[in-house]
Amino acid sequence: MSVIDDAIVWLNDPLNWTNPDGIFARTAEHLWISAAAVALGCAVAWPLGVLMGHLGRGGPAVVTVTNLSRAVPTVALLTIFPLTAIGFGPKAIILALSLFAIPPLLANAYLGLREVDPEVRDAGRGMGLSGWQLLRKVELPLAVPYLANGFRIAAVQVVATATLAAYVNGGGLGMIISRGFGLGLASGGGQVLAGGLLVALLCLIVEGVLALAERALLPKPLRRVKHRPPASVADALPARS
Amino acid sequence: MPSKVNDAVLGLGAPGDDPRNPWFSWSYVSQNTDTLLAALREHLFLTLVAVVLATVIAIPLAILAYRVGSLAGPILGFTGVLYTIPSLALFAFLAPFTGIVKPTTVLIGLTMYALLTIVRNTLTALRQVPADVLDSARGMGYGKRAMLWRIELPLALPGIMTGLRIATVSTVALVTVGELAGWGGLGELIIGGFNSNYYRPQIMTATLLCVALALVLDLVLLAVGRVIMPWTRRRAA
Repeated sequence: MSVIDDAIVWLNDPLNWTNPDGIFARTAEHLWISAAAVALGCAVAWPLGVLMGHLGRGGPAVVTVTNLSRAVPTVALLTIFPLTAIGFGPKAIILALSLFAIPPLLANAYLGLREVDPEVRDAGRGMGLSGWQLLRKVELPLAVPYLANGFRIAAVQVVATATLAAYVNGGGLGMIISRGFGLGLASGGGQVLAGGLLVALLCLIVEGVLALAERALLPKPLRRVKHRPPASVADALPARS
Repeated sequence: MPSKVNDAVLGLGAPGDDPRNPWFSWSYVSQNTDTLLAALREHLFLTLVAVVLATVIAIPLAILAYRVGSLAGPILGFTGVLYTIPSLALFAFLAPFTGIVKPTTVLIGLTMYALLTIVRNTLTALRQVPADVLDSARGMGYGKRAMLWRIELPLALPGIMTGLRIATVSTVALVTVGELAGWGGLGELIIGGFNSNYYRPQIMTATLLCVALALVLDLVLLAVGRVIMPWTRRRAA
């Protein structure tokens, strides 16, 4: 098939890798934008989710946030944010992406604290731990697998969604696809295909690396048991991008 | 496709609060009702076709994975990998082969993502049917087929409906991404508005319509669920 040949030819051109808007530069751009968005999401969602889980309040709110986030198109936020006071540039894109990182982070943080065995919590209280000590020494360590699971879901979600920044000329690997479509499928089809391949590959690598990291974070005795995802708010799939 | 103009070409800085470019304008809505309705219709059409196709394929697939235990792993694993791939990349894989003249590319992509959500939710729901219920059904002489239709599927129906609702709402939002592949429904107005001088009323109106469509379809499915599952009505929502 000629499109496949075109894609191979496009990928084999060293300039397409090393140009200022080549694959290396676009990947770096893609990754730093994603990392900033995930960091921002964590900074907002983790304290909030941990606090809500610790107090045992706000479960319905977490479900509402998760459901609402599915109805809002990423493309809309990416186009609206640059036109507000935030202004054009990576700031608007990072902010829009971080909003989509919040639901999985929040839901898993909340769930992680709620899933702590009440008897363990009671034992902690009986030993005279204050609320803050209980949180720091008992609840948070037990919630780590959940926090890690939420982090992986959110990060993969953001890396996938960052592709859409291309719709507003916002950089990232998606630009290779959108430039290809801009050329028309007759001459840009190979580039479109190559871009799709690169994006898919990046997402699968990020997913794989984070899954390994998640496993490494899990305490050893728990690793032998087949890791079961939590069976509540958080096990619903994240919003698609 | 509209050319991707950027602010440098236009010599514009970040648009401030220009009174000629408000976030919402009734005159825009009244002057462009036909365009808006056409985009809404396209959006609805793409969503419905994708979700219906996905349901028709996903439920038998989930039943297969439920019945044949050795198939569950591969089906879930494959769908998981597919779900990791962003929609734009999927459109990019398909477009060079299926073209952008007809909505085939977008529909295949949308159907695939909806499929994954429905398969997973259906399988989870089927697996949550209590074992003692199945035991008593077996004891009463139910065969495999009768058990599926009269015990397992009805008991899994709430979970299946949840999957359908999630898939529908996600699909409505996802249709907008189809813009690059030529069929984006309201997404064409959102991105078109951005590309023609950051036309705020158009971006905002199309976005609101998109969110409203998702909520309306969600409520419709919720109502359908209550009608076909009268026994769930007693529970508080």
